[in-house]
Amino acid sequence: MTEAAYTPRDWQTQPAYLTPEYKSTVLRSPSKPLIPLPQSLSEITGPVFGHETLNPLDNDLTKNGAKNGGEPLGERIIVTGRVLDENERPQPNTLIEIWQCNAAGRYMHAADQHDAPLDPNFFGGGRCVTDENGVYKFTTVKPAAYPWGNHANAWRPAHIHFSLFGPSFVTRLVTQSYFPGDPLLELDPIYNATPDGARELLIKKFSLDATEEGFALGYEFDFVLRGLKATLMES
Amino acid sequence: MALKQTPSQTVGPFFAYGLTPEQYGYTEMSSIASGTMVSDDTEGTLIRVEGRVLDAEDTVVPDAMIEIWQADAQGRYAHPADSRSSNAGFAGFGRTGTGTNPENRFIFETVKPGPIGDGQAPHLNVIVFMRGMPLHAFTRIYFSDETSANDADPVLRSVPEERRQTLIGARQDGPGRAVYVFDVHLRGEQETVFLDA
Repeated sequence: MTEAAYTPRDWQTQPAYLTPEYKSTVLRSPSKPLIPLPQSLSEITGPVFGHETLNPLDNDLTKNGAKNGGEPLGERIIVTGRVLDENERPQPNTLIEIWQCNAAGRYMHAADQHDAPLDPNFFGGGRCVTDENGVYKFTTVKPAAYPWGNHANAWRPAHIHFSLFGPSFVTRLVTQSYFPGDPLLELDPIYNATPDGARELLIKKFSLDATEEGFALGYEFDFVLRGLKATLMES
Repeated sequence: MALKQTPSQTVGPFFAYGLTPEQYGYTEMSSIASGTMVSDDTEGTLIRVEGRVLDAEDTVVPDAMIEIWQADAQGRYAHPADSRSSNAGFAGFGRTGTGTNPENRFIFETVKPGPIGDGQAPHLNVIVFMRGMPLHAFTRIYFSDETSANDADPVLRSVPEERRQTLIGARQDGPGRAVYVFDVHLRGEQETVFLDA
């Protein structure tokens, strides 16, 4: 066993497993304390993905599901930013996978029964690998709010799902990012599962710099993964 | 100035077409990984690891996703932090959802990992994701036919004795490749040990 290499999960920003307002957590959350795991080679290594994993259109959701030259309906947006660690070090060559509903609030997923139209030109899944500066970029359409069964008149705020690996098994992150100014955020038990004071970390920022003139509004969102402990960085 | 970690959020019910498209029959995108972690030229003892995810009422979870990260048959990880020789042909990463098997089992076809050389018994590193889980859960799968190695394993020894069994995949008797069964109990009497990795 080696000394811990990565900082622990920060319980000031990470959600608890049990969040009763989000009803599915009641039967699906561990009740016993987590057992501390010293970090060994098993934890400081993790799967490695390269650009060879990807197809050219994987990061453009306005094109990767289009049929016969068609285009998806909705407001085109750019979502871009950097993947960093807690020490502000860019994380290059890390895989980011995304999935989202279409501009009407309907997922391509076979289990989504929401009575909103599917878009024949929108798939909703994509991925990319960060460049040498940790930068990623997706082109997509803005997802919409949709109802869900958690409580009466429950609506999820518009969001994009993200899955990231980072450099090790313990830097794995699956999350959702939201849009600024959405009145549904404060009503959403999933958003509110995040501790007070950290929720804003899940909201994209509108960016005129990232906006492409005549084409699409830009939003910026940086990810922060667990970083190496300072003592290890110095040695 | 340290930045704050991005909060985790649940994977939700609709991850399949984004994360496991081929398994679920979505043809628009290929999968980066699957439950089949071996190819014809993978060295080592082929094994199958399978199980179900059960909630606090022992209802089988049909919308969980399981990821496995493991060493190769020689105990080497395919990652730069493992300086030993490359294990080309075995990436060591598997991912599968519980939504396509008729009994909602996850199934991994892989090789039995070797010991990584620091006193730990052979094991698979596991991440559990699902709707209703705001933060993914870490656990491990050890092997029931590694009794002496398990007895000496520092992680298993750190677990209260009455709960150690929840981390051990049970080898099934039968012809052909070894099958290890490992059910994940999310909550309750038989609750699986989850790790603070």
